[in-house]
Amino acid sequence: MSAIITITTAEFQRAIRNRWAIASILLLASLAFSLALLGSAPIGDTRASLMSITTVSLSSLSLYLIPLVALTISFDAIVGEEEQGTLLLLLSYPISRWHIILGKFIGHLLVLLFAILVGYGSAGLYLIVQDGSQTSEWIDYVQMMTSSLLLGAVFISIGCLISLLSKSRASAIGAAVGVWLFMLVLYDLILLGVLLADKEQKIQPELFNGLVLANPADVYRLYNLAGSDAASMVSGVANIASTPGPNSLLGIMSIWVAVLLVIAIYLFSRKEL
Amino acid sequence: MIKLTQVSKNYGQHTVVDQVSFSVSPEQSVAIIGHNGAGKTTLMKLILGLVRPSEGALEISTDPGRDPHADIGFLPETVSFPGEMTGNQVLRYYAKLKKVSLNQCSELLELVGLSTAATSRVKTYSKGMRQRLGLAQALLGNPKLLLLDEPTTGLDPFLRRHFYGILRECKTKGTAILISSHALSEIEGEIDKILIMRKGSVIIQGTLEQLREAAQLPTQIHVEVLAGEESRFAAFQQTDHLNGENRSSSITFLCQQSEKVELMGQIMTHQKAIKNLQIIPPGLDDLYSHFVEQADQP
Repeated sequence: MSAIITITTAEFQRAIRNRWAIASILLLASLAFSLALLGSAPIGDTRASLMSITTVSLSSLSLYLIPLVALTISFDAIVGEEEQGTLLLLLSYPISRWHIILGKFIGHLLVLLFAILVGYGSAGLYLIVQDGSQTSEWIDYVQMMTSSLLLGAVFISIGCLISLLSKSRASAIGAAVGVWLFMLVLYDLILLGVLLADKEQKIQPELFNGLVLANPADVYRLYNLAGSDAASMVSGVANIASTPGPNSLLGIMSIWVAVLLVIAIYLFSRKEL
Repeated sequence: MIKLTQVSKNYGQHTVVDQVSFSVSPEQSVAIIGHNGAGKTTLMKLILGLVRPSEGALEISTDPGRDPHADIGFLPETVSFPGEMTGNQVLRYYAKLKKVSLNQCSELLELVGLSTAATSRVKTYSKGMRQRLGLAQALLGNPKLLLLDEPTTGLDPFLRRHFYGILRECKTKGTAILISSHALSEIEGEIDKILIMRKGSVIIQGTLEQLREAAQLPTQIHVEVLAGEESRFAAFQQTDHLNGENRSSSITFLCQQSEKVELMGQIMTHQKAIKNLQIIPPGLDDLYSHFVEQADQP
């Protein structure tokens, strides 16, 4: 247990030292604030309040940004140490390999949590102070923050897996970009394309729903966007799929994290150096 | 402390370590010598359990129920610590991982001569300083077994002597030491047993004296003769001790270990004609190339 804490602390301190933590905070804060301020510009007549508009627009951008931040933090978790020569040293210490994976995962998650809390949280507080908001609105905002963290957790575990399977940092970067592109852009396009090509409607709605739910990015979309009116314009395939309850959507993302971490731990404990 | 019996490691068709057997006991230091790619580093990884042997048995004696890694100090061949951390931070991190008292950190930094640089960032360190930080890390928790993979690369002669001093100190405390090296001449006299490796297998092992005996390499005796006295050594021209190098003022004799004393006696009968004299036994460099060349011949 203490080994996990030691590694977690070291990862967190590393992110602060090499300025990754501050860069992530600034990125998320500037995004959240620019959307909040943009929303407050008086354009036309809106039915929705400032906070709920910001929640929706921020979540639709977080969908792309949070995975990117998560992958950047975690893509070199193992391969980076391997190139530095410290992995060999670390493995000669009296600690288990799953300590290393879990310690690094928690450390990276804390960096992201910190960035979301400070970056999005400060913009949320600004909106409450400026605009005043109903309880249900800021609950939505907090839920958006929570699900963003969970989405980040999925992509941090994907990053860990990439860094385990890559031979070098350079190829890990390539793989991370590829995964990001596939899961956030291509997956939906392919799904829509198949759906359009399927004129005889061979694809059952259950299968389609299953395919949408199989992609954690789409699950995030469903959770944040499909529910609200303001969101139906931007929610892509998620709008076509029928939605399970919000808690089961969060459950699906948590299962993704657990499965990916178990695979990473399994692969790492079998790895020969 | 460790015992390897017929250990082999294959990667597919490629054999990296081939039927290696040896042991290191407490208070003993053993050196593995070989070219790059002779299997030295793989052997270290096998002992650390990072690579599983394809064949053979590998025993590390530790207290039952204790992680053997807790008793091993390891210094990898190339290690670069995170540049943004200070030397002290690096060492404290490893001390926590090894569950060693943090008080030992400052003692070890003192021992390797990094006390004054302890609060500087590692990226400002020279190669030698980084290597010494690596050594400090390996010494955490007073390990029963030290595995050092080419530890003296990047150290200047003064630091090397200091380094071997530290090793001697560890040895008197009962530590078993396994060291791999290219720098043959410097480990002579520091090491109890030598293993020469070539293409994954150990071609010979033993003490330096045993290696000398097995190699039967000649000892060289250089004699510098006073001017005008060269003729005194004319008698030696007939013996087969003389090699080609016979300039007027200096003569080199070659002899086997067993003949050395007798030959010296003969030479010393001409004591008055000798300006200077040097006896050079075959060094580890000579022994190493002798055994490797011998093994290279079919």
